[in-house]
Amino acid sequence: MDSKKPFGQDTSRAPVSQRTSRAVEQDDKVLGNLVKVVIDDMEIKVPLGTTLLEAARKLNIKIPTLCQHDDLCLAGVCRVCVVEVEGQRTLQASCSYPVFNPMKVWTYSPKVRRARRNIIQLLLRNHYGECYSCARNNNCELQSLAKEYGVTTYKFGHIDKSRYDKDQSSYSVERDMNKCVLCRRCVRTCIDLQEVGVLEAAHRGSSTKIETYQDRPLNEVVCINCGQCINRCPTGALKAKDPAQDVWDAIDDPTKHVIIQTAPSPRAAIGEAFGLPAGTSVTKKLNTALKRMGFDKVFDTNFTADLTIVEEGTELLLRLKKALVEKDKSVALPQFTSCSPGWVKFIEHFYPEKLNHVSSAKSPQQMFGAIVKTWYAKKHKIDAKNIVSVSLMPCSAKKFECERPEMNDSGFKDVDYALTTRELAGMIKECGIDLPKLPESDFDDPLGIGTGAALIFGATGGVMEAAIRTAYELVTGQEVPFDKLRIIPVRGMEGIRKAELPIKKAKDEWKFLEGATLKVMVGHGTANAKKIMDLLCEGKLSDYHFVEIMACPGGCLGGGGQPIPTSPEIREARAKAIYAEEESLSIRKSHENPIVKTIYKEFLTEGPCGHLSHKLLHTSYTPRGKWIGKLKKK
Amino acid sequence: MPKTKSAKNNDKLIIFSDIEPFSGIKKAIQSGRRDVLETVRDSNLKGRGGAGFPTGVKWNLAAAATSEKKYVVCNADEGEPGTFKDRILITEHAKLFLEGMIIAGFAIGSDQGFIYLRGEYRSFLPILEKEISLLRKNNLLGKNILGKKGFNFDIELRLGVGAYVCGEETALIESLEGNRGEPRNRPPFPVNTGFNGNPTVINNVETFANIPHVITKGAEWFKSFGTDKSAGTKLLSISGDCKKPGVYEVPFGISVKEVLKLCAGQDAKAVQIGGASGVCVVKKDFNRKIAFEDLSTGGSVIIFGKRRKMLEVAGNFLEFFKEESCGQCTPCREGIPVLTEALSLLKNGECSKEYLKDIFSLAETMELASKCGLGQSSAKAFVSIINNFKDEYNLLKSDNKRKVFNG
Repeated sequence: MDSKKPFGQDTSRAPVSQRTSRAVEQDDKVLGNLVKVVIDDMEIKVPLGTTLLEAARKLNIKIPTLCQHDDLCLAGVCRVCVVEVEGQRTLQASCSYPVFNPMKVWTYSPKVRRARRNIIQLLLRNHYGECYSCARNNNCELQSLAKEYGVTTYKFGHIDKSRYDKDQSSYSVERDMNKCVLCRRCVRTCIDLQEVGVLEAAHRGSSTKIETYQDRPLNEVVCINCGQCINRCPTGALKAKDPAQDVWDAIDDPTKHVIIQTAPSPRAAIGEAFGLPAGTSVTKKLNTALKRMGFDKVFDTNFTADLTIVEEGTELLLRLKKALVEKDKSVALPQFTSCSPGWVKFIEHFYPEKLNHVSSAKSPQQMFGAIVKTWYAKKHKIDAKNIVSVSLMPCSAKKFECERPEMNDSGFKDVDYALTTRELAGMIKECGIDLPKLPESDFDDPLGIGTGAALIFGATGGVMEAAIRTAYELVTGQEVPFDKLRIIPVRGMEGIRKAELPIKKAKDEWKFLEGATLKVMVGHGTANAKKIMDLLCEGKLSDYHFVEIMACPGGCLGGGGQPIPTSPEIREARAKAIYAEEESLSIRKSHENPIVKTIYKEFLTEGPCGHLSHKLLHTSYTPRGKWIGKLKKK
Repeated sequence: MPKTKSAKNNDKLIIFSDIEPFSGIKKAIQSGRRDVLETVRDSNLKGRGGAGFPTGVKWNLAAAATSEKKYVVCNADEGEPGTFKDRILITEHAKLFLEGMIIAGFAIGSDQGFIYLRGEYRSFLPILEKEISLLRKNNLLGKNILGKKGFNFDIELRLGVGAYVCGEETALIESLEGNRGEPRNRPPFPVNTGFNGNPTVINNVETFANIPHVITKGAEWFKSFGTDKSAGTKLLSISGDCKKPGVYEVPFGISVKEVLKLCAGQDAKAVQIGGASGVCVVKKDFNRKIAFEDLSTGGSVIIFGKRRKMLEVAGNFLEFFKEESCGQCTPCREGIPVLTEALSLLKNGECSKEYLKDIFSLAETMELASKCGLGQSSAKAFVSIINNFKDEYNLLKSDNKRKVFNG
């Protein structure tokens, strides 16, 4: 069950035919043997089964690719990466050709160059749409290929009419198949990486098209809105639904009080859109930019992340109390986190009978929305109907989340618009603001204080770490027994991680937990969520107490709204930035957040999981199942 | 249905020569696995589906692979336009290739065989079902075959649903596994990771039909037919403008001219050897030989008489590929429509010399860079027809009027 490898290398989920390591899997004896390859007259020794592309990269030889992606199993379908192998009649796709004996390879021989140019011409032939009206203008792999490989005219023609209608039915993901070049990255993302399986190639030959089940609109299939396909699409065929214009309209309307909350992951990634290296956190510069853009208040989602920990942690302790003290057999344990809207929709579709395991606490974004339009509005004497609540999220599923009908407990739509990192970067650029060069500034009061524990929500394992810091201290009255509060076992990029924490001494209130061992599990990417859920269904998680699941690989920092491209290295860098920033903060435990304390004193006076908390900060779920709507007649 | 006809006045060569049913299996059991593998290797028998991979090498690789489960698959997805020779084997000589499959199972140590039957051959299912149940009854399939302890083998029938590309062995495996029929990346090859990731030997119906003869009559006898590099005989499915179309067994090395004489098609102006993925041979090349070293073919021979318009022929093949490309790789999926458009430009006299050069460059790309053998050969017929029948079209001198697809 344990998935130790990072996503790119773990192809166990892929169909047999697409596993990169398939050549060596057959014969373990020879695994690890080094083979000599000569590429463009340069020599290198690589382990048997290495692909020619990997070998070339080690020599710093750039071979163009399109369908290949470091996170995905191999495909070998676009044929852009063909190379000439000595003794082979045909050219070979370097992304999928394993080195199995010494060989000589040329990556830019006349044959290869001719083939590459022709293939790129063929890809452009049916790629409809002008670059300057495309969301991916200047960040498009097809555009770069055309530029780098000699496209000056459309040698084999170019389509000038749209063939397919855009699918704009989803709140989160838009599909424009006119721009699709059939690299199938989205298919492999959806099937192999996320194991959701919404997208698949349909029809044959030149009629091939990536379709959903029965070619239905995205809002009528089991899409979880994670947006991982967007992050891996080489062109603009997939994009998130962009509310930027609505946000501008709100900012421009003097009667509106526009607030924005920013989540930690975009702050660690938005710099990439301005040319900064991955892993550069720009939190305070971003505050300046947002104020200059005209947002009335700039708040920190971390505040409600702390609130989430207190609510969700209390809920867990209450569940444990019910189960252990009151011997209530109906209590569902382990409790699952509910912060990731992609994960929530995943379980609603695929394991609806297990929804009672999911914490009823809203995600930080939605808690924030509810608090802003109630407590904040009252405190600052602003009519809640004039508040426009915007969020900056790393996530495309957040767009769907804020449109959920149950998310209006403040009496209004709790969050009006969820912007992705990419969309906000575009808005900042539109103002001519050079983000990296801005001075720093702080968040606004009163919702601008978050702790380190909240900050690490952005990385997989972060929610768990924050929850343990608080729950352990609540129960034992002592700090978690980890150096510098670093709970290493739940950190990292392994697909599924487990940790145990014995509770030796408990406070009187929680005496029933004394001597118990807290068992937790962390998973990221819904392929891993599926593995965990299958264990739950088999009854193998009965001794676990708390499970964190994030829909996206790497957690929120790898979310479907983050800057493109993404790769294991980029996600590691973002995670590093987040953990580094958290250690620089003075308060690193959610329950010590002063605003959290204030809000329970002034507003949510019944305490965590009290009546008002339940009304504003908790929610319910919809068992959706895999069937939506009626069968379409063909 | 065309009748079986052997070459040279009913001379029975290999496949149609007399043989006592199941003498091959009996001899195989007697002489043992190693002997069978050696005999097949020594016979120089090459795959009859068209690619011509040495059967002995394939079997030996699969036999050497260490795996609990191995499979033997008979490729009966006879889909190449103009071929119908497997159909004769299935309807009239089923015992022969079934025996070949059992011998393959014995040789490589497999206990499970599949026949992947072309969807359009659904009506032959009862024939095969009957033959297989007879074999089971006579302990030629099942457990401890013919009393040989541990020699277990059974055959399961699977139907395709009409995709040409599923004749490509890796696409066939995908289809067998229940997936969309699309060719896989190679290497690794099916002999290592075939059906469900296990070593799998896939051979054509005709290849398997040769096996009992090779085993009973020996490698030397087999090699006495054909040429040095192409041992044995080939079944040809001859159709088109000739008086005696049908299935013929001919020794390798036979010239196109001799084939035309056999089927009374001497008036031909061109012969398409190898179906849609083959080449078009013109009159001046009728001395070329049918053999792996010259004109390699899966068996399709289509004869075109004087009145045939060759551009129409090329167009027909292209339409076929446009329909049958699996749509996976760029050169094949996107290249074929470009060739189709170029062909209509040629027909209308609207294609310039320069554009034709681009088109030939594209055809080279399709041949070199497509993912599977079908994509690689999809431009072959077009190129050979355009090259060989220059008198059937006119080129524009200047590039001004060059028309290309836009929408």
